Amino acid sequence: MKAITMNASMRALVKSILGAMLGLFLGLMICWFTGESPIKILKILFQSAFGSGYDFGMTLFYTAPLLLTGLAVAIPFKSGLFNIGAEGQLTMGALAASAVAVVAPNVQSPVLAIALAVVFAFVGGGIWGAIPGFLKAKRGSHEVITTIMLNFIAAGVSAYFTLYVLKDPNSAQAETLLLPSVYHLKAFECFNGAPMGPLIFWLLALVVFLYFWMWHSVWGYELKAVGENEKAAGVYGISKQKIWMSSMFLAGGVAGLVGIIEVLGNSHRFKIGFSADYGFVGIAVALVARGNILGIIPSALLFGILQKGAGSLDLETDKVTRDLSYIIQGLIILGVAAEGLWTRKRK
Amino acid sequence: MQSIQKLALVLGSLLVLSHSAMAEIKVGLVLEKSGKDDKSFNASAYQGVKRAEKELGVTTKTVEAPDNSAYESLQRAFSEKKFDIIVAVGFHQLESVRNNAARFPNQKFVLVDEDAKMPNVRSVMFEEQEGSYLVGALAALHSKAGKVGFMGGMDVPLIRRFQLGYEAGVKKINPKAEVLSNYLGVTGEAWNNPPKAKELAFDQFNRGAEVIFVAAGNSGLGVFDAAQEKNKLAIGVDSNQNWVKPGYVLTSMLKHVDEAVFDSIKLYKEGKFTTGLIRYGVQSKGVDYAMDENNAKLVTANDRKKLEALRADIITGKIKVPDYYLIQNGQKKK
Repeated sequence: MKAITMNASMRALVKSILGAMLGLFLGLMICWFTGESPIKILKILFQSAFGSGYDFGMTLFYTAPLLLTGLAVAIPFKSGLFNIGAEGQLTMGALAASAVAVVAPNVQSPVLAIALAVVFAFVGGGIWGAIPGFLKAKRGSHEVITTIMLNFIAAGVSAYFTLYVLKDPNSAQAETLLLPSVYHLKAFECFNGAPMGPLIFWLLALVVFLYFWMWHSVWGYELKAVGENEKAAGVYGISKQKIWMSSMFLAGGVAGLVGIIEVLGNSHRFKIGFSADYGFVGIAVALVARGNILGIIPSALLFGILQKGAGSLDLETDKVTRDLSYIIQGLIILGVAAEGLWTRKRK
Repeated sequence: MQSIQKLALVLGSLLVLSHSAMAEIKVGLVLEKSGKDDKSFNASAYQGVKRAEKELGVTTKTVEAPDNSAYESLQRAFSEKKFDIIVAVGFHQLESVRNNAARFPNQKFVLVDEDAKMPNVRSVMFEEQEGSYLVGALAALHSKAGKVGFMGGMDVPLIRRFQLGYEAGVKKINPKAEVLSNYLGVTGEAWNNPPKAKELAFDQFNRGAEVIFVAAGNSGLGVFDAAQEKNKLAIGVDSNQNWVKPGYVLTSMLKHVDEAVFDSIKLYKEGKFTTGLIRYGVQSKGVDYAMDENNAKLVTANDRKKLEALRADIITGKIKVPDYYLIQNGQKKK
């Protein structure tokens, strides 16, 4: 039994890789029309992602939030829910992380301070995720609609708090007060200024942990049972309501941890508009990973590289702009989604 | 005689060519997310750089940031490529310019719309409240019932600064006038939502506003549409937008980012580049109201006389235009 599942997931992996390669190939062909050599474009993307310690650090900085938002989409997906609200959830998580200094300004121990901020970010995002989970479970409201709407509400709430409650009076910008240094995360020296440190290992560990938890816990089993067939799961006494609420809480909490990367690791404050649409790109990350939790790691890295490379394409070429990066992203998603391309031959 | 002239011309141009080849100045421009086609703020900076390319013979390269975390790495890439000046546009780039200015102390930066307070940065700021004051006065002159409107894009301190100056200008002409005001939103989407701007403009016009000043980037187009349909007036912002709907755009509050950028590059070429905070107000016409053939019939000679009198009073300090930034800081001290 186990051999079959491994086999199936291996096949899915191969399909994903082929799809991504096809998308990348088509994208590079497009540059050919503009007169830029595809090899040059590939080289620029590679250089931009791994060319120096700083570049690599920035690539990881873009990858890290996508690991989390990829999870935030993939986990509820296994229970049959489509979470489009990761953007709002990460906004609330980041806002909560920046509010921690107001609640506890005199924490001395860095470990305690950071643990506190993690709890804040997780619960902040988690509540924002649990609301659509609750509405789905109790009222049957479709989660696609409610999560989209909650994205806008999160933008409004965070703007209110940023401008009127936590505002930095010395700044003309829409940003909150600077966190005390006890809350700042360290970055690696070798990244030469890129805001990423040991946190990346913690995040990778989180992905691996959730992978095993999904496969080896009762909750993970129940989650998948509801996702496969909620009626059958109900017959076995599994409450779909409980699963929906808890999976959305977990998803929101994980998305909320993006706040740790940004607020504690990077700008040390909440800034309106900090997210490079991480919540939405997370949907693509989960799709390319085909819902495989471990697959999120390479998938997030791929999108991180393309996000980092967008500006470099603009900088290093005369004709190609940042938009090519988005075209490649779109083609990769299409390549992976075009499942029939790879399966038809088997039948 | 003629051949000597020709020879001199050829020699002269050769000299110029070799000179410019020797000291080729490279300018890197980092734009905000909205990019060079925003018909407003970033477009203006882009025009300034393109003009410098044409008139001063400098080499330029423009990049548009894909997201708000990309500014630092883009500026850094320019610096590592040994560009002479890096022009960073928009208040979002403040922190990244400060970090890079510290990392590359010999690199010259120009930052538009914020004060970096670094020894190698020329910070260019505009007195938006002064220009807004003048268009506010003009709006009041064109409102018989004493009701005008203000429409802001995203609710940020910069736009509050426009609003405060505008309201003061309106009240200067007609102390009893009422200013209706709306903001389009709290996310970046607010700069790019013409349909919502149009609906809110209809609402303001229906409540009796006769002129609406819109400071909302791309969304302003919706207000111009509404003004045309209701046969009322609108006031544009940043670039000269009088041409968008001739006859319905009373004027535009100009913010000459292009001039500021061009001036900086020119000064660098002449070896007179200075750093520190440079303010562009109504005196230097860095902010101004736009006059051209599209609004020549709308703004009478009498109006202009009054506006020029106000301008003179602002310059001499007889009129103190309230500045939202200062008020904001004042609140902190209390």
